[in-house]
Amino acid sequence: MLAHLPILQVIVPLIGAPVCVLLSRARLVWLFALIVSGLSFIVSALLLQQVLMSGTVIYELGGWDAPWGIEYRIDKLNGFLLLIISAMSTLVLFAAQTSINKEIPAEKHTHFYILYLLSLTGMLGVVVTGDAFNVFVFLEISSLSSYALIALGKDRRALWAAYQYLILGTIGATFILIGIGLMYQMTGTLNMADLAARLPEVAQTKTVFTAFAFVITGICLKLALFPLHLWLPNAYTYAPSIVTAFLAATATKVAFYLLIRFTYSVFGGSFSFTTLPLQFLFMTLGLLGIFVGSIAAIYQTNVKQIFAYSSIAQIGYMVIGFSISSVTGLTAALLHIFNHALMKGALFLALGAVMYRIGSVQINQFQGLGQQMPLTMAAILVAGLSLIGMPLTVGFVSKWYLLSALIEKGWWPVALLILIGSLLTLVYVWKIVEIAYFKPSLSTNSTVIEAPLAFLIPIWLLVIANIYFGVDTRLSVEVAHAASESLLQAQGQVRP
Amino acid sequence: MLMGLFNYWIVVVLMMIGLYIVIAHGNLIKKIVGLTIFQTSVFIFYISMAKVDGGTAPILMANVSQYANPLPHVLILTAIVVGIATTALALALTIRIKEAYNSIEEESIQQQNKKQASVRDELDPRNDPY
Repeated sequence: MLAHLPILQVIVPLIGAPVCVLLSRARLVWLFALIVSGLSFIVSALLLQQVLMSGTVIYELGGWDAPWGIEYRIDKLNGFLLLIISAMSTLVLFAAQTSINKEIPAEKHTHFYILYLLSLTGMLGVVVTGDAFNVFVFLEISSLSSYALIALGKDRRALWAAYQYLILGTIGATFILIGIGLMYQMTGTLNMADLAARLPEVAQTKTVFTAFAFVITGICLKLALFPLHLWLPNAYTYAPSIVTAFLAATATKVAFYLLIRFTYSVFGGSFSFTTLPLQFLFMTLGLLGIFVGSIAAIYQTNVKQIFAYSSIAQIGYMVIGFSISSVTGLTAALLHIFNHALMKGALFLALGAVMYRIGSVQINQFQGLGQQMPLTMAAILVAGLSLIGMPLTVGFVSKWYLLSALIEKGWWPVALLILIGSLLTLVYVWKIVEIAYFKPSLSTNSTVIEAPLAFLIPIWLLVIANIYFGVDTRLSVEVAHAASESLLQAQGQVRP
Repeated sequence: MLMGLFNYWIVVVLMMIGLYIVIAHGNLIKKIVGLTIFQTSVFIFYISMAKVDGGTAPILMANVSQYANPLPHVLILTAIVVGIATTALALALTIRIKEAYNSIEEESIQQQNKKQASVRDELDPRNDPY
């Protein structure tokens, strides 16, 4: 059983999805989906433990040897990602039944859970696999189901957002497909480890440069890195609350994982960062992302949109950490993946709770909610502080590592710009807090009471995690550090 | 040179035509057509790559030592399935958009979105879920 964990990680939600059709009652489907997601969480926890104890886990599908057959390969990096994705999925799903009762028509509930589990399957598959073409297939499984999930939003603009996302997402995926094709043409292999071994021989050819360009551009489209972020704000804003919480906490993380995997493991850090000017490019785009995202967030009147734009800024922080290409920088980026999932998961779930009670997330509707929904608003406050990077929250830990990585390299101006970026975060978080706590409530909202427990439990679990991992950083930092060290070690940049 | 790379020229031309249609046309169906052409060019690219000079179909036979590479064909079968799913989903979304906006022109949809956003400020925000 334990030997088959890697495949179970994907198979459990994949089988779970169609089984949902057989269960007729909505509550039953929800419970079933929750169990399935919980099982994949247990699997990923066991896998991470196995990886930390005894090193990389390799699983050959159908018993075919690696370069020919598909291989699942779990090292510290994707073990960590698997844990984040399955944990977030389970927590978000906990609130799903209550939330979608108000946002999605009853006859579509079963479909919602099927799509949700398929999307989860795709994301876990992308992360778990060690085969480049398999990445494309799983990526499309998760993308196609998330387009449909977004289109479930009750505003008609959700349809338009889903359509735009579909067009851009498909272009991105096709770019990745072209890149993988070019790599295959040069090396005759699709296995990532094998590619990594064979690419250096042909690294100086135009074909490999082109392959790299296609793969990275495709991934950045999925990642919503500025300026390829145009699909993200509307998709997050008009999707049902649960879908937003789920996608914000997981989907961009998966794309970011691919970015790291392809640049460091497949093409190799020295090719990506020495032969090509990736460092400068990504640092600039990351900084632009931070400023454009944060400034746009300040001017929004829809709170969901505020945090959607803030996601673009947060992706900027991750990309900067990634572009430093030192152990500390990469640790900061990986930590920020984890932390951002905790913050945005809590924030979007809290917005889901507001949506549940008020039916709107326009900022003027938040007046007086500090008294009426104290627990939900306190959660937004704490997660918001974490987003800013206050000490004793997780946001502080990743920003601290990011700044020390920049200072290590002597890049003071970038460090300064990042601090200014954090101040912009303060502006839009304060805007919400001010309205929620210091304005009298609207007469139309006078009957509004605290959100139901189905929301409060996952929200507060996430908030407590936000504080816990901000104080006791051992687990998250240790894993992130070990993962980035092993990534760079493979490049010979760090001696073991 | 030109003839030797004939397939690849076609791939590039189709790819650019497809991408251009996606970007330049405002009609949602035409965008989907462009997207499909774009994807198809990649299929041709993979299939061309599989051809081995003097190779025959990859079926084991006596007296034959050169075979074409079957793997890209298999990959593309998968990619075709993905492509069909994408097209189907895009068409389904277009139908829903047509029902909701009574238009499948990008410009008109965006105008209606803008109107919806500005009307929202004047009316009681509770009339509009967003």
